Amino acid sequence: MYHYLEHQKGSNTNEDPILYENFMQRIENGDKIEANDWMPSEYRDTLIKLISMHGISEIMGALPEKEWVPKAPSLERKLAIMAKVQDEMGHGQLLLRVTEDLMKPYGRNRQHLMEDLLSGRLKFHNVFHMPTKTWADAGMVGWLVDGAAIISQTNMLDASYGPYQRALQRICKEEVFHAQHGESIIMALAEGTDAQQKILQDSLNRWWPSLLMFFGPASAETTGSSKQEITIKYNIRKSTNEELRQAFLDKYMPRVFSLGLTVPDETMHYDDVQEKWIYQQPDWNEFKQIIQNKGPRSKERLKVREIAYSNNSWVREALAVAGGDRP
Amino acid sequence: MDKRNEALLDLLYQCADDDLLVSFRGSEWLGLAPHVEADVAFSSITQNTMGHAVYFYRLLQELGEGDVDVLAHERPALKRRNAIYLEKRNGDGQYDEDPYFDWALAVVRGYFYETYKRVKLISLTASSYEPLAICAKRILPEQRYHLAYWKEWMKQLQQSSPIAREKIRTRIEEAWSQSLDLFDFGQYEQTLLNEGYITDPLELKQQWLAELQSTVKDLPSRPLEQLKNGRNGEHTTDLDVALATLSEVYQTDPVAQW
Repeated sequence: MYHYLEHQKGSNTNEDPILYENFMQRIENGDKIEANDWMPSEYRDTLIKLISMHGISEIMGALPEKEWVPKAPSLERKLAIMAKVQDEMGHGQLLLRVTEDLMKPYGRNRQHLMEDLLSGRLKFHNVFHMPTKTWADAGMVGWLVDGAAIISQTNMLDASYGPYQRALQRICKEEVFHAQHGESIIMALAEGTDAQQKILQDSLNRWWPSLLMFFGPASAETTGSSKQEITIKYNIRKSTNEELRQAFLDKYMPRVFSLGLTVPDETMHYDDVQEKWIYQQPDWNEFKQIIQNKGPRSKERLKVREIAYSNNSWVREALAVAGGDRP
Repeated sequence: MDKRNEALLDLLYQCADDDLLVSFRGSEWLGLAPHVEADVAFSSITQNTMGHAVYFYRLLQELGEGDVDVLAHERPALKRRNAIYLEKRNGDGQYDEDPYFDWALAVVRGYFYETYKRVKLISLTASSYEPLAICAKRILPEQRYHLAYWKEWMKQLQQSSPIAREKIRTRIEEAWSQSLDLFDFGQYEQTLLNEGYITDPLELKQQWLAELQSTVKDLPSRPLEQLKNGRNGEHTTDLDVALATLSEVYQTDPVAQW
């Protein structure tokens, strides 16, 4: 679901120049690269980093909403949010499989990714370090977080790496349902009692900085890191972080205002001359802290994941002994 | 109220509450299963099962018992008719803080319950209350996969590591001490049988045992026991905690639209 682009040192493109040139020709021709095709290590490493973070973020992203699954306020909402969170786990599965193929030459597998997550080497998306304090937050994640995800993924629907591009086609279709699911929760609250409207506005106020951060910093200067240039060079994505953020604001600010909601930023407005939204920058130092697993709920979420992983290790070992497929 | 009607309502509450509690426990597992594939599969089963609960609550709503969400969220523990093994918590800890859940319990309960549900649903397809017979016929085809799923886990874990075998054995022993009320249809049981709403539970128990014997090694030879009888509204504190959780948001304003 989720990617801003984070730091990566340019890998040494110490590759066979002819192979590299042919590869770049394919990229420029709009060919799709497949798992067993030759690819420069910079491309492979960028994809591994991007897709493993995406996949692990799906799996970590299940947790904040999942907190509200057993508590959802009607049977229909319980069913809908359960299906939604299940989809996110399914996306995680799809993406981890794509990553596994890419990692194969390095002798690494899914277990290594899980261990990297738990040790803090593999990061997950900033939004999933945040608390979901009320039922409105469960709606907000579906509506605006998944709404932001759709924008960032649509940007990669024509990505040069075939397996990822095909996974994204499916994921994006499901995300559209998720955004509708979130919007439905939001609409009910917006049209509801004073107390319901209040938890909704409070929720948006709380999530606002995270939503701006969602797309990542505009440039490397902001946080001292960005790999958007590399992913654009290889035709993995098209637009920059800031272009995506503007597209998000274009789509959602009118909806936010039409529901009678406000955002906690008095400077927020559309500038007709510059043809873009003017907004107050979120605290990018805080962003850096959050993605270093120092966000408000980072430790707790990783703890839940760690418990689930270690507490079930006997099951994975048992399946290995039984030698059967996973039931 | 006519005793026949009261008996029917009681049976429907048993069916609905069983599926609600099983699906509630399943919903707590979401995101925490031993591997991602199991998570996705378990969640599908859980969603179907909650859908079945909704179906049974709708039959009650049609009989004038009130809105399905009121029935699911507002009834106190004393009014709940689920068997108590089904309300048992998933292990130690809280689902959102420290979920030390036990997959062996999930597997044994999943297999025992789905086996039970299957023989019960088959019986209900011949129920004299036609809406219930139709409901059972609709549920059975998908329920078959739920049973197949847990049965496969049972088989694999029993053939596996000593730790896995021991964990499964312990959970079977525990289930044996806590599941007798599954085969109790409550205070109106005789009326239910006389009216042809459902088959004699003793007969269903025999069918259930026969299926278990075909899959489970070393099934306990002693009779089933129970801690309490959920069919009579006797419950454990695990149910109180479950009800508080599942109705937490709802109870902030039961009349609001959510």
